[in-house]
Amino acid sequence: MKPLTAIVFKDIVIEMRSKESISSMLMFGILVLVIFMFAFESSGLEKTVIGPGELWVAFSFAAILGLNRSLAMEIDNDCLQGLLLAPLGRGELYLGKVASNFAFMIIAEFIVLPVFFILNNLSFDQRFIGIAGISILGTLGISAVGTILSTISANTRMKEVMLPILQIPLSVPVIIAAVEATSQILNNEKPEISAWLTILAGFSIVYLTVSYLVFEFAVEE
Amino acid sequence: MKVKILAILSVITMIPALYMIFLFAPTEATQGNAQRIFYIHVPLAVVGAYGSAIMLFIGCLGFLITRDLKWDRFAACSAEMGVVFTAAQLLTAMMWAKPIWGTWYAFDSRGTLQIVLLLIYIAYFMLRSYLPDREKRAKLCGVFGLLGMVDVPINYLSIYLFRTQHPQPVISPGGGGVDPDMAKTLLMSFIAITLLYAYVFVRRLTIAKVEEEVDYLTQVALANE
Repeated sequence: MKPLTAIVFKDIVIEMRSKESISSMLMFGILVLVIFMFAFESSGLEKTVIGPGELWVAFSFAAILGLNRSLAMEIDNDCLQGLLLAPLGRGELYLGKVASNFAFMIIAEFIVLPVFFILNNLSFDQRFIGIAGISILGTLGISAVGTILSTISANTRMKEVMLPILQIPLSVPVIIAAVEATSQILNNEKPEISAWLTILAGFSIVYLTVSYLVFEFAVEE
Repeated sequence: MKVKILAILSVITMIPALYMIFLFAPTEATQGNAQRIFYIHVPLAVVGAYGSAIMLFIGCLGFLITRDLKWDRFAACSAEMGVVFTAAQLLTAMMWAKPIWGTWYAFDSRGTLQIVLLLIYIAYFMLRSYLPDREKRAKLCGVFGLLGMVDVPINYLSIYLFRTQHPQPVISPGGGGVDPDMAKTLLMSFIAITLLYAYVFVRRLTIAKVEEEVDYLTQVALANE
């Protein structure tokens, strides 16, 4: 079995046994949606206006929760040492972790997304498929940058606090582009959407490449 | 000695720069005197915010390639300069935006980039302070600084893709061009602020080196007790 698939397989097995990562992300995402619903219900604002922001706040904060869990799990019992001793490149280790983080985030998001549609009284039409597509692109970007940052923050004294401080400023382009693209799909206007999608894809490609090259330094003892 | 020359030069250039900004440069037709803040704002943004970003990038890359701790000091000082100059630059932007746009801050891609840049510089510092071990700190901060600075061009590209309220650059290919006296004032102000930046940076670098020596000596002294 190729090393990359071995890492993903290992993470999936752990997740199926512990069910910690997906369930916490899912619950957190739904809670954010509910809080937003209460916070903006009385304002009478159009759902399609606040919806995109609400959705991406839920996704990006839930992602941080999952990323913290993913690396803490490796550090807790010195599992990272084992992974580093395994016969695979540091870059492959990074890509494997990105793949499994991405998979868990997407599963959680694809459950949160229908809840978002139901709470905001939107119909399940082409827009649902469009937003699901944007979620995939945006989540790839978040997991690309988040995986390496969670490795860095796991080495500090204040792990859980450090990750959002490092991650949120770096994922600003993803959030802006994803919110704008989502808003254009929700409002059925698509003049500039290709520009936003290019930014999302470009961000993922750049960060996957750079992190693949420097991951070695982040895990070195 | 070199530091002293830089200090003297920056004082010598700062005085005529201030004179030119307030008295020599013609008043802009639509914005009036508020426009004069540009002569400070533009050099602060270019030299302070973007210059520090480039230097932080070089410092981080230099450390990861050579593993020489002097590059880590270089990166740390650039980030510190970045915090000060970017904050000053945002402050001047707000002073200008209130009378002209009628708001302290407008959601504008260039302004957003500056705020994000400031947040990255601050995050870099917090990361440094939470990593006690010298070698590990240099390595992890090197990686984070590199990742953070890769963010800057992505954000910068966005200026041309996004709609923006920010005044478009007038001194650029396709820009309108400016009055020659205004150009002279801006150039003078650029020189003054670049020299000031260079002086403070070199000073900070010297202090950082001394700090490290003190740390080392303290450890040696404690070990010998």
